[in-house]
Amino acid sequence: MSEGRKLEYTEFRPRWYRSRVSTWWWMGRWSYLKFILREISSVFVAWFIVELLMALNALSSGPQEYGAFQDFLRNPVVVFANFISLFFVVFHAVTWFNLAPKAMAVRIRGKRVPNLMIAGPNYIAWVVVSALVAWFLLRA
Amino acid sequence: MTKRSNEPVLWVLFSAGGVVAAFLIPVLLFLLFLAFPLGWIASPSYHGLLELVRLPITRLALFVLCFFSLFHWAHRFRYTLYDGLQIKHLNQLIFPFCYGGAVLGSVIAGYLLWNIR
Repeated sequence: MSEGRKLEYTEFRPRWYRSRVSTWWWMGRWSYLKFILREISSVFVAWFIVELLMALNALSSGPQEYGAFQDFLRNPVVVFANFISLFFVVFHAVTWFNLAPKAMAVRIRGKRVPNLMIAGPNYIAWVVVSALVAWFLLRA
Repeated sequence: MTKRSNEPVLWVLFSAGGVVAAFLIPVLLFLLFLAFPLGWIASPSYHGLLELVRLPITRLALFVLCFFSLFHWAHRFRYTLYDGLQIKHLNQLIFPFCYGGAVLGSVIAGYLLWNIR
C-alpha cells in the first residue's frame, strides 16, 4: 500500500503491513519475466484480431482495397510488428500447452500421468490444425 | 445472499480463448500477414480467399476465433495491468476498457463476417 494513505484499523488486528513492491519486480528473475512475457502475449493476440478484422474489411471492400491492405502489410513497421507478434503468439501457444498437464493432473490407478502424455497430444493437435488451416488457405 | 461473482464466466472465456488462440493464431499470422504479403509462399488469389471466407463454416470459425481471443486478451490484459503495473485501484477504468473492447471487437467481427458479399 502506498504511504500517505489513511491508516485503518479493524476490530481485531491492525492494518496489514505490506511493503510497496517495485513496478519492475518481474525484472529480477527469469521465471517472473517469463510470467510477464506470457501476460503481454495477450496484447499481440489482440493485435492479430485487429489485423484480421482489417483484412476482412479489405477483402469485402474489393480487390483494390485488398491490394492496399497487402501494401500496408509490406510496410517495414508492420512487418516488424508482425515478427514480434509471431514470437509472442508462439510463446503463448507453447506456454499454454505446457500448462495443460498442470491444469489437469490426470491420475490413472492412483499414478499421475506424466506431463508429456498430456502436453504431447496438444502439440500433435497443434501441428495437425496448423497443417489443415494451411491446406485450406493454400488451395484457396 | 451474497452477490455471485462473474469471475468464473470471465475465466472460462479467457481459457477458451487461450486454446483457440494457441491453435489457430500462429499459423494464420505466419501465412496471412508474413508469408503471403512478403512473397515467401505464393499467395492465394483475391477471389479464392473471398470464396473461402464466404463459406458459412469459415465465417463461424472466424467469429469464434475473434470472440474468444478478444475475451482472452481482455482477461489477461486486465491482470497484466493489475499485477505488472499494480494499478488495481483503476479497476473502474480498466474493467470496461478490457471487456468493453472485447465486446466491441466481437460486434465488429460479427458485422464484417455477416456482411461479406
